Amino acid sequence: MNKHLVNYILGIADNSLILGQRLSELCGHGPSLETDIALTNISLDLFGQVRSYFQYAAQIQGNETTEDTLAFLRKEHQYTNVLLVEQPNTDFAYVIARQFLFDVYHQLMLEKLQSSKDETLAAIAHKSIKEVNYHVRFSSDWIRRLGDGTEESHQRVQQAINDLWIFTDELFHLTEADHAMIESAIGVDVSSLKETYYNKLNQILLESTIEIPSVEYFQKGGKHGIHSEHMGYILTEMQFMQRTYPNMTW
Amino acid sequence: MEPQIDADLYPILEAVSDPEIPVLSILQMGVVRSAHHSDNGILVEITPTYSGCPAMDVIGDDIKKALKAAGFESHVKLILSPAWTTDWITPKGREALEKYGIAAPLNPDADKEALLGNKRIVKCPQCASTNTVLISQFGSTACKALFKCEDCLEPFDYFKCLK
Repeated sequence: MNKHLVNYILGIADNSLILGQRLSELCGHGPSLETDIALTNISLDLFGQVRSYFQYAAQIQGNETTEDTLAFLRKEHQYTNVLLVEQPNTDFAYVIARQFLFDVYHQLMLEKLQSSKDETLAAIAHKSIKEVNYHVRFSSDWIRRLGDGTEESHQRVQQAINDLWIFTDELFHLTEADHAMIESAIGVDVSSLKETYYNKLNQILLESTIEIPSVEYFQKGGKHGIHSEHMGYILTEMQFMQRTYPNMTW
Repeated sequence: MEPQIDADLYPILEAVSDPEIPVLSILQMGVVRSAHHSDNGILVEITPTYSGCPAMDVIGDDIKKALKAAGFESHVKLILSPAWTTDWITPKGREALEKYGIAAPLNPDADKEALLGNKRIVKCPQCASTNTVLISQFGSTACKALFKCEDCLEPFDYFKCLK
């Protein structure tokens, strides 16, 4: 079994899993019917992608591992999603800002992952990027609307961008699994995407009349399983059925 | 990308419909990529429209059921590559969509203009007017966007272009 490959896959998948879970909290609670449906559609896309990654990781790992044990039976420190995706749905501006900051990264990463030497990962990336293109369109569209909207919407989205900016740098940190996978031409060197990422953000934020925050210290930890206080609550909700009724199936 | 399907299996699969868009058969939808006789029964390969499409499990079961009714044991495999595109919806499938009240996908450039609300080009499946506006880029299922016709005032789904 290739431990680095499994960890690499889980790193990618966990981002989508936790963000998908966050978005699913909005089901029935979106600010309007259309945004409610859009956000839960995005959640569904992410979960679909996660299933492909988890099924593949489970197959490599063997033993008793399944996509469900990976999703529901790991402990907090075993999830390696970035801190950004676990941040709460404070208000609609936060939801959109978090989505935007992740979507732009997600698209750049998948673009590269399509040419992975690992055929399964390349196929998942090829499939996923088509969906993520829609996510980017949705979130950047809303960034523009809120930023260039009313005084209130502008102030709120500016606040959200300011608060979430400190979580963006972690997207480009390389883990041990990253290094190993980059070496074997399977993984994406995300550190090389940083400049393009910030350029892209800056361009859209500028159009949206949102100021680019200047930040000296960035938060990190998620990629090494060190999470914010929000993560435990997410897992409690997500894992409830499996923890309460072990091995239950639908 | 023409699907590879053994001739005698065609009519059986043609009768299996998409659970979310019942007027469309899974063949018209382009979801079935291959179906062959083998020593282990029939092998069918299907590909999801969207990764999270909850219809895939149902489609797999429906295929097995239909083949079983025709006296065949079968295995259904989900494949991801090459990824599904709206180009695989057959001309008949597009027709069926329109008749059902879902606007068929435009080409990618036009789709982008339509979904950004820049141009009024999506045709209302009820009255054929192009005086239509985007209500939401995401609709009742992952593959659709929601539009409204400004002439007949009917809301309708538009099948998003996926390439």
